[in-house]
Amino acid sequence: MTVMEQRGAYRPTPPPAWQPRMDPAPLLPDAEPYRVLGTEAAAKADPELLRTLYAQLVRGRRYNAQATALTKQGRLAVYPSTTGQEACEVAAALVLEEQDWLFPSYRDTLAVVARGVDPVEALTLLRGDWHTGYDPYEHRVAPLCTPLATQLPHAVGLAHAARLKGDDVVALAMVGDGGTSEGDFHEALNFAAVWQAPVVFLVQNNGFAISVPLAKQTAAPSLAHKAVGYGMPGRLVDGNDAAAVHEVLSDAVRHARAGGGPTLVEAITYRVDAHTNADDATRYRGDAEVETWREHDPIQLLERELTARGLLDEAGKQAARDAAEAMAADLRAHMNQDPALDPMDLFTHVYAEPTSQLREQRDQVRAELEAEAEAGPEGGTHR
Amino acid sequence: MTTVAVKPATMAQALTRALRDAMAADPAVHVMGEDVGTLGGVFRVTDGLAKEFGEDRCTDTPLAEAGILGTAVGMAMYGLRPVVEMQFDAFAYPAFEQLISHVARMRNRTRGRMSLPITIRVPYGGGIGGVEHHSDSSEAYYMATPGLHVVTPATVADAYGLLRAAIASDDPVVVLEPKRLYWSKDSWNPEEPAPVEPIGRAVVRRSGRSATLITYGPSVPVCMEAAEAARAEGWDLEVVDLRSLVPFDDETVCASVRRTGRAVVVHESGSFGGPGGEIAARVTERCFHHLEAPVLRVAGFDVPYPPPMLERHHLPGVDRILDAVGRLQWEAES
Repeated sequence: MTVMEQRGAYRPTPPPAWQPRMDPAPLLPDAEPYRVLGTEAAAKADPELLRTLYAQLVRGRRYNAQATALTKQGRLAVYPSTTGQEACEVAAALVLEEQDWLFPSYRDTLAVVARGVDPVEALTLLRGDWHTGYDPYEHRVAPLCTPLATQLPHAVGLAHAARLKGDDVVALAMVGDGGTSEGDFHEALNFAAVWQAPVVFLVQNNGFAISVPLAKQTAAPSLAHKAVGYGMPGRLVDGNDAAAVHEVLSDAVRHARAGGGPTLVEAITYRVDAHTNADDATRYRGDAEVETWREHDPIQLLERELTARGLLDEAGKQAARDAAEAMAADLRAHMNQDPALDPMDLFTHVYAEPTSQLREQRDQVRAELEAEAEAGPEGGTHR
Repeated sequence: MTTVAVKPATMAQALTRALRDAMAADPAVHVMGEDVGTLGGVFRVTDGLAKEFGEDRCTDTPLAEAGILGTAVGMAMYGLRPVVEMQFDAFAYPAFEQLISHVARMRNRTRGRMSLPITIRVPYGGGIGGVEHHSDSSEAYYMATPGLHVVTPATVADAYGLLRAAIASDDPVVVLEPKRLYWSKDSWNPEEPAPVEPIGRAVVRRSGRSATLITYGPSVPVCMEAAEAARAEGWDLEVVDLRSLVPFDDETVCASVRRTGRAVVVHESGSFGGPGGEIAARVTERCFHHLEAPVLRVAGFDVPYPPPMLERHHLPGVDRILDAVGRLQWEAES
């Protein structure tokens, strides 16, 4: 007789029936990227919004050109361009309210500028006189983030904290297609969904992570599909259609603000320029591909729509170009001045109060500077 | 004389009390980590906090250390004071990118405009019979990262004081909690805890004239025991408990070594690239003319932390410390 038999009528309790935790169907992205321009939806778009977007796109394109030129002149150490991606950059900033927060990656200086940050301060990192040039609290823009996707959990934490305090704050975090492979992307989306944090994740799928195309980055049906695994909606949008990106992001921000939790938005766009000025894009892609995307240019798409509807004439175009030119001239003038540097800054902000070890090191640099000053211009700088 | 009954308390209880007092004093203090809520933490240090302050203040997070610390960064950006628990020393490694690239340098990156008052509690060290990945002494990694404060208590009273000071600090502080001292007991009155001292001061635990044992955290009780045993050999050892690895208290350490003329650094962390090298160099640079012998190190070996059945051969013990003291060139004295 076995032990089981001795115990009498043994009936294993069946495990509780498995239930799906939610219906995944409503979370799935559409089969095609959402478009407004050139479709029936365009008729419903607000003319004033379209005009604003147009002016911002023209300004953004000029900003990209100016920053690239400044790099060639040695005024910027490096510049990762968003030429061709201006619709995403501009819309990301415009959909936010004043109290909201933007979490940019290093490529998103245009979004930072569109949010209201002084272009010179936005470019401080890339000029190299400090890391973050602007006060993050002034415009509620987190520091430009270089380690990929690591700013996404920050956006989640900030949005979560604001919600705990009962504040009406949404965080919008920007990342590229390559960044979606990082662990921090996964962890941020998971935390955001579990906490139902008011966050919008904008993935600009610009085709390349430096040289690596999306096919080597993921086997997912689309990046927007990744949302379903976390239990949040995924939206797919034409990233060069400024009206569509604005609408999809606005919906996601509204959803988050209303307590609906996070959304993942994948915007399909294209990095027309190389990764940075230090990159050679001809090593990994052909001119024909780039030309195809030039045909689908965000400014031209919007210009066609506005012109067809009689919302933009030659004078309007000229006004947008003039405003952009004024911005570029101002940026040039400021960036052509050498930044003021203070070597003591090396030690000032490591801790609230410098340690005795840092005070000793600071004194060493101070003594070196004093010796330099004493030696005069003939004496040269310390080696 | 009115006396409150002073009962023995454990280090874990003092840490719990510190968290509770900090949460009661400041609604911005939030505790977060794996199993810290309902369970009260695997070492029970957060016991009762979720019940008392609610799950929004003491939160069971998803199991992802980079996500825990990364979201804590965002919370701190918005004015909260997160206290993050990393469940074990070796489980904190996934959070290192957040720690090094953001937590440690946000103040610096933003010229002081954005500070991150985050406390990162890390149970560390061996001696508890833990299996692989549960016994690391990871302090050298933290010490090598500018922008972090690194503290580690050796007594029940210091556990309370250092954790309160860490939470009150406007800079990020890594609090390394010696696992094998969690259940060490001491007379300590939780109703009247000692005033909280600012971070950065070492303390002389035992005065002596012959040589200085410079140590911290789990090795402090071992050094105290060694100092007692050394009396039989005719040595009167001083024991300095660093308490704070960053900032490092050169003043207290060097004053002691100048008095005794000899020093041994004792820690569980490996010796190559470990804290002892830095400490020995600092002492030598500052006290060279007072030294009668080279500064020696008694440390863990430069091996991955051994399995529990071998750890007694790895950890610095009384005999190894006495052996090192014996090599401090006493022949010159006679």
